[in-house]
Amino acid sequence: MELYITEISKYLITLLLALYTLECFLVFRHSDEEKRSGTYTRQNLLMFFVHFSCFLVICFETGEVEYLFFYIFQQILLFATVMLFHMIYPKGNRLIVNNMCMLLSIGFVILTRLSYEKAIKQFFIVTASIAIGMLIPFFIHKLKFLKNLTWIYALIGIAALGIVLILGSVTNGSKISYSIGGITFQPSEFVKIIFVFFVASALYESTDILRIALTAIIAGIHVLILVASKDLGSALIFFIVYVFMVFIATRNVGYLLLGGAGGCAAAVLAYQFFSHVQVRVQAWRDPWSCIDDAGYQITQSLFAISSGGWFGLGLFRGNPTAIPYVEDDFVFSAVAEELGIAFAMCLLLICVSCFVMFMNISLKLKDRFYQLIAFGLGVTYIFQVFLTVGGGTKFIPMTGVTLPLISYGGSSVLTTLIMFFVIEGLYIIQQDEGAKRGRRKKKKSETRRRASREEETEIEDTEEDE
Amino acid sequence: MKIRKKTSRQIHFVTVIFVALFLGMMGYTCHYAVTHQQEMINNSYNSRQEILISQNTRGTIYANDKQVLAQTVTDEQGNETREYPFAQMFSHVVGYASNGKFGIEASSNYYLIQSNAKLSDKVASEVSGVKYPGDDVITTLDVRLQEVAYQSLGVYKGAIIVSEPSTGKILAMVSKPDFDPNQIEQIWNELLADKESSVLLNRATQGLYPPGSTFKIITSLEYIRENPDTYQTYFYQCNGKFVLGEDVINCYHGTVHGGEDFTKSFAKSCNASFANIGMSLNRNKFHDTLSDLLFNEELPVSFAYSQSNVMVDESTSDSDVMQASIGQGTDQITPLHLNMITNAIANDGVLMKPYLVDQVVNYNGNVVKQFSPDSYGALMSETEAEALTQLMTEVVENGTATKLKGQGYTAAGKTGSAEYNSVKTDSHAWFTGFAPAEDPQICVTIIIEGAGSGGDYAVPIAKRIFNAYLNP
Repeated sequence: MELYITEISKYLITLLLALYTLECFLVFRHSDEEKRSGTYTRQNLLMFFVHFSCFLVICFETGEVEYLFFYIFQQILLFATVMLFHMIYPKGNRLIVNNMCMLLSIGFVILTRLSYEKAIKQFFIVTASIAIGMLIPFFIHKLKFLKNLTWIYALIGIAALGIVLILGSVTNGSKISYSIGGITFQPSEFVKIIFVFFVASALYESTDILRIALTAIIAGIHVLILVASKDLGSALIFFIVYVFMVFIATRNVGYLLLGGAGGCAAAVLAYQFFSHVQVRVQAWRDPWSCIDDAGYQITQSLFAISSGGWFGLGLFRGNPTAIPYVEDDFVFSAVAEELGIAFAMCLLLICVSCFVMFMNISLKLKDRFYQLIAFGLGVTYIFQVFLTVGGGTKFIPMTGVTLPLISYGGSSVLTTLIMFFVIEGLYIIQQDEGAKRGRRKKKKSETRRRASREEETEIEDTEEDE
Repeated sequence: MKIRKKTSRQIHFVTVIFVALFLGMMGYTCHYAVTHQQEMINNSYNSRQEILISQNTRGTIYANDKQVLAQTVTDEQGNETREYPFAQMFSHVVGYASNGKFGIEASSNYYLIQSNAKLSDKVASEVSGVKYPGDDVITTLDVRLQEVAYQSLGVYKGAIIVSEPSTGKILAMVSKPDFDPNQIEQIWNELLADKESSVLLNRATQGLYPPGSTFKIITSLEYIRENPDTYQTYFYQCNGKFVLGEDVINCYHGTVHGGEDFTKSFAKSCNASFANIGMSLNRNKFHDTLSDLLFNEELPVSFAYSQSNVMVDESTSDSDVMQASIGQGTDQITPLHLNMITNAIANDGVLMKPYLVDQVVNYNGNVVKQFSPDSYGALMSETEAEALTQLMTEVVENGTATKLKGQGYTAAGKTGSAEYNSVKTDSHAWFTGFAPAEDPQICVTIIIEGAGSGGDYAVPIAKRIFNAYLNP
């Protein structure tokens, strides 16, 4: 009987998540949150079923009722998040909150399977983070002086990274964390957000060459400190985010090309001078020849991904713990092994859907500062997903960053939740901007046929051009 | 406002970049995982194999008529024993599954440890507390032909491969000395200690031998390629040896063949004439032909084999070219490779990839995977294959393989007596050929170590195998 449930649920879980993913993209048909509400409700139901089915399998496979209680707490948290957010911020974007909860619930499932103890820790961190995060949209909306803190952001960022470099403890050969009062922080995570605020506030008004040069120096200091701490993944994220934000701020594709060329040159130099870069590149090009040491992690990750097939081996039926640091850097491979490649691909598409929504919000924001922040955070998020998944699948060399919202790690999940809530704040600002213009427009032409939001914005733009 | 519109284009651009990057990564990940699944499961660093083994009973290996070649028997205590009903007869080709894996047990390991049994069967297994039934492998091996080949080789060391030219199916594969796979764990240390006879080596696919006169097939192909219109006007006066400077090539047992054309040189396997032919060849072109025939290259097979090596190019000395032309010197070939070349000749020049596994089926006999004949491509033109077939038919009719004459079918082939040390009398007996010559259905390659001449020792075995298949 158990076998029927676990076998059938394998296909059911994949199907449900596929439907959820489909809704993630169908939502873009409408630009009006009200018209999207049907989609959102269906998503909430699908979320619930995926989460429930996974825990049902976990209970059957382990025979432990304990997991059921843990599930109920998770379900209460996620349900409360969705409901409370909608009540507090009726103008908020529900796709972002839904995706956030969906990804969190997948994270809970896979962490419970990998390490119950860590999953419980993660649950408390997520609960606290959401409680803090709920306030963020309000502050983003109200605190207008955030635009003027340029050099304070730079100072905080460099100081936080610098302290780790000097005092931090070494994990896996990289200095990335330090402890205060028993709690371990990984400042490079939080600094990601501060850094985006720094670049946005420095460039939203003017993009003359002096400013660009100045921000480039500050960005360079961030990156160099991270390189010195051997945290190459974060260094790469800061670099990419900076280059893309300058591109958007200046609208000059030359900076993108310049950044690309500079990045390549830096990569070649890093390869020449750092043995740990060479080791990683070697392990990427041919992990099989160094399977005993440098290639061990990546080959174990590849074994995991390939062994599951499209529908996975089923929770608790594979052996994902064979991958070292699976719950931090290789959680994607564990998902692919036990829940299937199809499920893992849906997971990536949900991340892409978040990114597209972030870009959509950035696109529609009139205020340059907020637009740059939405854009910068979006790139930070998606590039981090790309680094961790690409590294685990041998698409690119391994860099050792976490999968946002799914990997184990307090700093990572708190930072990502803050990011998501900041974007919610920006969305509400954008809705307000839209409402003001909407009223003006309505007076102008009462009779105009209702068109889709995108078209409206465009027509509006041309009108204002006149 | 115009400026703002431009920005939206740039944000669109970045969105498209990242979405494309993700689609690329997803495609790559799926493709890599699916195409590398088998080799990854078989990798000894992958612990998932242990999971499958603990869940599923290892599947059965069948002959082409569903006779059991290897099966796992579980006793009441749950102890598993791998049984091989034919014991020594299929030792190398079916192989063994403990003390490492070998043969089909190794190459089909991935299929044997999976279970695609129906869900209800799995549930039934779970209820009765046994493992799931693993998937079974149906091979192309023919028990009757294997038996004839096995018995015919007798006490000699050597190897026999029997295959079907039109499909590439391997019907029989024997290597001697053999071992009893049922006893593998008990005899393992003994087998490893015996360095001299290399019992564990599958001589059919891994044994490297001097090809001897069978290589004249390849030398002839090159001569025909270089002289397509005039090779039939070739003439040579054989006085038992060919002398060039200090190098002398003798005919087998010093036989004087007298005046002979190309066909007779081949049929009588005249070394002197072929040394003469070899000297006339363009060495670069010869090198290309060897590459066409997969010498010094990987073979398109999915089981363990050794790579043949025959090197002729610009830098090869006259003396080495003469030796190479008659298959002596440093030339080395596996019986498998020679069989593949013979198959191509029999199949109008087109090589069908040799294969041993026909189907993978689940416990109920439903097909999980079907292996179909797969063409590697043409090794030579149809005209060239036709010319070689005529030469090889003449070997049977008027040459060194006349023991195959008058059997109710026309056979075609080439013998070889490969000298492997300075003592003249010691030679490996070779035969490679197919029948019927007009419509080839079966192809046989035989090597008997140290037996003597191919015509005397290998040809009679070929006859028994052809008869068993064509005149049952």
